Amino acid sequence: MNPESQVRPYPTRRALLKTAATAAIAVPALAGCVTAGKDDDAPAAAGADKTAENPLGVKADAPLEVVVFKGGYGDDYAVAAETKYQQKYPQTKIDHKGLQKVGEAMQPRFVAGDPPDVVDNTGAGRLDIATLVGASQVSDLAGLLDAPSLDQPGKKVRDTLLPGVVEDGTFAGKTVALNFTYTVWGLWYSKSLFTERGWAYPKTWDEMITLCGEIKKTGVAPWTYQGKYPEYINDPLLSMAAKAGGPDLVKAVDNLQPGAWKQDGLVQAATAFAELAGRGFLMSGSEALSHTEAQAAWCQKKAAFIPCGSWLESEQKGVAPAGFDMVMGTVPARGGSDKLPVTAVQAASSESFLVPAKAKNPAGGQEYLRILFSKESATAFAKANSTLPSVTGATDGLTLTSGLGSVRDAVTAAGRDTFTYRFRTWYAPLAKAVDDATGELVNKRLSPADWANRIQKAADQVAQDSTVTKFTR
Amino acid sequence: MKHGRWRFLLGALVPALVLHVVFVLSPYAQAFWLSLTDWTGVAGEAQFVGADNYVRLGGDSLFLDAVRNNALLLLVVPLVTIALGLFLASMLRTSSSRLGQGYRIVYFFPQLLSLVVIAVLWSFVYNPNTGLLNSGLRAVGLGAMAQSWLAEPAFALVAVMVVLIWSSVGFYVVLFSAAIEGIPRELFEAALLDGAGKWATFSRVTLPLVRESVQVAFVYLGIAALDAFAVVQVMTVGPGGPDGATEVIGLSLYRTAFSYGKFGYASAMGVALFFATLTLAVLALRSGRKERLELA
Repeated sequence: MNPESQVRPYPTRRALLKTAATAAIAVPALAGCVTAGKDDDAPAAAGADKTAENPLGVKADAPLEVVVFKGGYGDDYAVAAETKYQQKYPQTKIDHKGLQKVGEAMQPRFVAGDPPDVVDNTGAGRLDIATLVGASQVSDLAGLLDAPSLDQPGKKVRDTLLPGVVEDGTFAGKTVALNFTYTVWGLWYSKSLFTERGWAYPKTWDEMITLCGEIKKTGVAPWTYQGKYPEYINDPLLSMAAKAGGPDLVKAVDNLQPGAWKQDGLVQAATAFAELAGRGFLMSGSEALSHTEAQAAWCQKKAAFIPCGSWLESEQKGVAPAGFDMVMGTVPARGGSDKLPVTAVQAASSESFLVPAKAKNPAGGQEYLRILFSKESATAFAKANSTLPSVTGATDGLTLTSGLGSVRDAVTAAGRDTFTYRFRTWYAPLAKAVDDATGELVNKRLSPADWANRIQKAADQVAQDSTVTKFTR
Repeated sequence: MKHGRWRFLLGALVPALVLHVVFVLSPYAQAFWLSLTDWTGVAGEAQFVGADNYVRLGGDSLFLDAVRNNALLLLVVPLVTIALGLFLASMLRTSSSRLGQGYRIVYFFPQLLSLVVIAVLWSFVYNPNTGLLNSGLRAVGLGAMAQSWLAEPAFALVAVMVVLIWSSVGFYVVLFSAAIEGIPRELFEAALLDGAGKWATFSRVTLPLVRESVQVAFVYLGIAALDAFAVVQVMTVGPGGPDGATEVIGLSLYRTAFSYGKFGYASAMGVALFFATLTLAVLALRSGRKERLELA
């Protein structure tokens, strides 16, 4: 019998305190857990010899794990590419995961140094790509880009992609992500409504203002926008600025140059949108509508124009009435001495596929992407999802809906004149500041000059913040 | 025999204690540690940066907006909710019993809905063009008062407060009703005989005797007011807007961690919020310690 227990049948107050103190000391020791991921490199599948058939040196029997965002596009297209991979390498075992919350599921695996071989880092819960780059968690895809295309003889993978796709995935000189879909931003309108009323899509901002006056007289609001998320109205504003100032303006903004937001092109564009609000050309109440509400009002012909990316048509499936015939027009030019033609479009790729730096089968991951980005796979994707893939010519010969057709025509007309701002992905806090300021601008609570000042201040703050990884283009 | 008791005690306590340490205490401890680092959320390692994250909080204008809004919520939401709850509960006491029971159930309805559902429903109510509120105003000829409730900086936070109060008041009606029912009837009868009016009965009899329930309600509502994340995230423009008008600490924290990939800095916000909540709870419970009424 334990004599102690006779004296003290129950833990005394002191004993309890002692235990508590021990626990308090022990707990910080546990605290290391989250960041205790091992740094030792997992034994990556030793590459096989590189041949014409196997340019990336895939080890035929190494297993492959693919994680795909299963959102609006589903994951059938990714599974199809896996099937082809399996046919090419019958000995391999493929582990496929179609997830909605890719970030949540992948974060612990990145931390633990045990990521899959391919990740489609997309969707609302995706991991911040700039953060992944900063933490050296993603691998350079240069080998893949220089490998021959799977089904376009004589071309490298790099040459089969639409303009801007490689740049979109490039951080600090390294291409670490390949985006599978191609998005173009513009102004949407109903072709049938415009024909019926005899309205012509404007090429310049002056024509736009005149047309808006006419539209307003008929009782239809000229514009609506997805006010709950001010980034939607930002896109045409920044597009107009980019056309006026050309690639130099965009670069200055992305490179956080001093005074970049006070460039004439930007202030002029802000003035244009302030005018739109000032003249009452925005549908009243738009400022509080969510994207679904604003887009539904537009489909009910309560407003003539709405700014959006090229996903709009598939998003409005079932909402837009028959014969609505939505088409996308490019943002009108501010006029005068624009550096880019009016056909220039803001275009960027998304649905971003990457091969983690600590993947166990990186060659297999790249080979998988080579199959996914083949023309055959991209065409099948375009057919199934009426969305433009980022592979050149993937929609050739397909019969397209009015919206997707207008998007493809816009891309063709733009040629090399596409542009995209990178600050949104590079510096998320700056993007938030721009969204807030533009929301205030189009609600007449902020003047164009103050708009520029405010964003410039936020940009300077990011530039001076030593904890933010900086990128340049 | 005694030996067996120890074994039993340990057997009963240890599993719970281990679970508590692993799933409650250790995340807390980790958050404290992470708040002193620059952890990005995806890296396998984190650099120790000392108090940098806390220094940065003071200069983060959006975070300061959030603190201001949470402070306003803290001032308004508990007071109004408790006042309404007490009013309705004491009205229910005096009303005929069957009708009162029915009302009590109706008041409790919002409690059965998830906060996200409530926020979605209210965002429909606040819709400037087709919402119930503006349509109602227009129907009774007050169309001039119709607003873009969630997009006007002057009204957005008030709109959030209304939802928070609406969703919680029912619970406190039930809580206070139960407390009021615990008061012996004779006290009310005595007050009535002494010629006390309704207000005097409420302020001299009811309120002092349900004091402890009110205190607990303050703590709960205070914590809810320091949070408010779900309603703001789902309902407001931005979210957190327009231009920071409805930003709350929880939202700043969430965005900093999951959109900006700054888990270290976000942890610092979390730790600050933790201490704010703790202080509030201690103050609220201390303030009521002085006297305890004994019911004879």
